[in-house]
Amino acid sequence: MINTEYFTLGHISLLLGFILIIVGFWGILTQKNIVKIILAFSIADAGINILIVSLGYVIGKTAPIIDGSVVQKAGIDVSDSIVDPVPQALVLTSIVIGFGVTALMLAYAMKLFTAKKTLHINKFNDLKW
Amino acid sequence: MLKNIIIAVILIVFAVLFFDLFMLYEARTGLTGIAQYYAQNGAKEVGAANLVTSIVVTYRGFDTLGEVTILFVAASIISFFLKLKENDESKNISSKDTTEILVTASNVLVPVIFLFGIYVFINGHLTPGGGFQGGAIIATGVALMILANPNIKINTQIIHWVESISGVGYVVVGIFGLILAGGFLDNKITGLGEFGALFSAGAIPIIYSFIGLKVGAEISNILNKYQKSQKND
Repeated sequence: MINTEYFTLGHISLLLGFILIIVGFWGILTQKNIVKIILAFSIADAGINILIVSLGYVIGKTAPIIDGSVVQKAGIDVSDSIVDPVPQALVLTSIVIGFGVTALMLAYAMKLFTAKKTLHINKFNDLKW
Repeated sequence: MLKNIIIAVILIVFAVLFFDLFMLYEARTGLTGIAQYYAQNGAKEVGAANLVTSIVVTYRGFDTLGEVTILFVAASIISFFLKLKENDESKNISSKDTTEILVTASNVLVPVIFLFGIYVFINGHLTPGGGFQGGAIIATGVALMILANPNIKINTQIIHWVESISGVGYVVVGIFGLILAGGFLDNKITGLGEFGALFSAGAIPIIYSFIGLKVGAEISNILNKYQKSQKND
């Protein structure tokens, strides 16, 4: 018998985040092509971002934007109708940093390809002992 | 073989940890701490309808300045790594002909995408979105242009000027906040205006436009470097 207690929005997004992180780690550890490893990093990154956003979820509340669905008036207390805005602001930072890291990794991958004409990770064994 | 077992063990340990966290998770029923303060006073103090924007641009504006700097550093390092040799600059990128559909669609869509990006960052304080999102949308337009015509010449001078001016403008607006209002990047330099209107929330639309232009220029610059790096073979 499946426990329906775990079918809330918070649980589903949390589970999705955990699954994406594990898929990303699996890709980083098993793939041999450098581009696939970079993709796996991006997947793990997306999982972590979903995780942070879902931790800011508050049951039955709406997005932290004061418009028709909340109350359109300055100086009003909206703390009982919105979800936590702080994790969302932090995830915005995290997405931008993730973009920068991915772009840098792709540039390194291009550089590595011009050096050895291959992207297979086992061919880059110069520092191995 | 041993390697596969180690990988499986690592993944299983992570899965067990995450499963434990998942079972312990209980959705929250109310805001806590600083979020409570932002929800109560954000609209009154900052005047932006989008509370995430008021946190990103005003309450944690210094963070965002650092974020833009990180993006700039990433773009600089990519330029350094993918620098072309002198005699490669004039070469053409060998590629298959792009299809008629892609070329026509890009001619129609690129101006619309640019306009949409500008809409997203100008309305960042009212609707979901903002400088980073708008800049990324503008850069997708540039990516579409490059896909439709791999040999297109992107004017790097314009990109560099837009990037420099918006970066300097962002810091100058921040310093105005220091002189005319409560502190660095304070948005109350012009008065808050009517809540929910386009020209409201003080300096936030100005700052977010600068951020949008800067992010768009930086990502376009990165795309341009990737495009040019295809010339050397």
